[in-house]
Amino acid sequence: MRRRFDVLIVGMGPAGIGAACAAAESGLEVGIVDDNPHEGGQIWRGEAAKPSSKLAAMWIARFRAARVETLSETRVVDAPGPGMLLAECGDAPLELQYGKLILATGARERFLPFPGWTLPNVMGAGGLQALVKGGVPIDGKRVVVAGSGPLLLAVAAYLQERGATVALIAEQAGWARLARFGLGIAREPAKIYQGLSLKFALRRVPYLTGCWPAQALGENRLAEVVLKTTTNTWREPCDYLACGFGLVPNIELPVLLGCTIRNGFVAVNEWQETSLSGVYCAGEPNGIGGVELALIEGKIAGFATAGLENQARRQFAARARALWFRNGLDKAFALRDELRAIATPDTIVCRCEDVPLERMRAHTAWRQAKLQTRCGMGPCQGRICGPAAEFLLGWKQESVRPPIFPVRLDHFTR
Amino acid sequence: MSEMVGVKVNGVPVRVPARATVAAAIFMLGEVAFRCSVGGEPRGPLCGMGICFECRVTIDGCPHVRSCQILCRPGMEIETGRS
Repeated sequence: MRRRFDVLIVGMGPAGIGAACAAAESGLEVGIVDDNPHEGGQIWRGEAAKPSSKLAAMWIARFRAARVETLSETRVVDAPGPGMLLAECGDAPLELQYGKLILATGARERFLPFPGWTLPNVMGAGGLQALVKGGVPIDGKRVVVAGSGPLLLAVAAYLQERGATVALIAEQAGWARLARFGLGIAREPAKIYQGLSLKFALRRVPYLTGCWPAQALGENRLAEVVLKTTTNTWREPCDYLACGFGLVPNIELPVLLGCTIRNGFVAVNEWQETSLSGVYCAGEPNGIGGVELALIEGKIAGFATAGLENQARRQFAARARALWFRNGLDKAFALRDELRAIATPDTIVCRCEDVPLERMRAHTAWRQAKLQTRCGMGPCQGRICGPAAEFLLGWKQESVRPPIFPVRLDHFTR
Repeated sequence: MSEMVGVKVNGVPVRVPARATVAAAIFMLGEVAFRCSVGGEPRGPLCGMGICFECRVTIDGCPHVRSCQILCRPGMEIETGRS
């Protein structure tokens, strides 16, 4: 099948939704693709069925009212030529042609390997939340939430509301750094409100700063997690460990297209246009900045594709404020060096190919390790172990090759 | 009361809400080992959002399907524990 749009958007989270509304309301023919069954991306997963955020409800209603063709359960696998993407939708290949392209591919969690992290029921923080939103029962379960970033609080509050007992939240960042960030945040009233309401919901849950998981224990499934601070080590029994160390941008498609990457993020100009003319990028791939920034950047990109520069320009001040918040996040939740030492030589780093740290360490760079050990060559294509190797070993993943997502051979080679 | 859907996990029938994922159906039966790794370890979902492929299972005979991204449809036959 073949489809053509004035504007094609990849990713149906806040950035993609903001972009789609702006472009479609300006009269353009807009198509939007996403791997997930419903709109909302990760942050607004499940909001369409069970709204909990006014902002999400407002934008999803606006999105549904806009003339946008949505292609759900659709994965982009290649960019075979200019103005064209190859995708797979369920059981069929799909050729998508576009005049302009907006990349709103979002982010995933960063996972750091530690002994036992491959045990069933050790999951991402956002990961467990997403699973529970998909119907995984959590009522009465005991959960340790660990890792880093503001997401931990949101996840803990959500799980608790769904009946889980959150034993504690272990934030790796130290108190001093967080306090500095806490003072700085006074410039953003909405963030304070969010912070306070989460804090109230979690008032009976210990929030331990400078604390991280060192080991997961259990026979074929998680039973206990070993937690560490600079002075203490102890065991915490739990059913689930929800653990993520911040977010990593999904830049595989921008890299494949040839967009310039700067410090690990997609470089854009004031119109959210990448180094490629007619290819725009909005949200987390430009820098981890959260939902408000993603919406603003999406709107700017959407207006820019329609040539409505004045409309786009009206968003610039809001974007500048949100960018300031993004920079604060980076500093407050910087990962501590001790986290590099929690993986032991036999800890698996690449979960697809079961490659332990010691086998990877025998090499000097990602590409060499990949060729010799198969790390990063399984179905996730290094999306999990790549960022871990970057943190642990300082390696960069240099290139991306199609297909950027596992695809049926006959869909790819037609 | 929302609509329910009947599926089978390793031959065992289970009823789940209409918008539940295949991963949810598997957890509802108490199963946590979704697949078996290259080195023979049991593995379950990690990322919950279709990135890591740790939750892959066999659905209606089709292997390597990500259970966290697929919604249950009536009569689905789900099989866990393969590679």
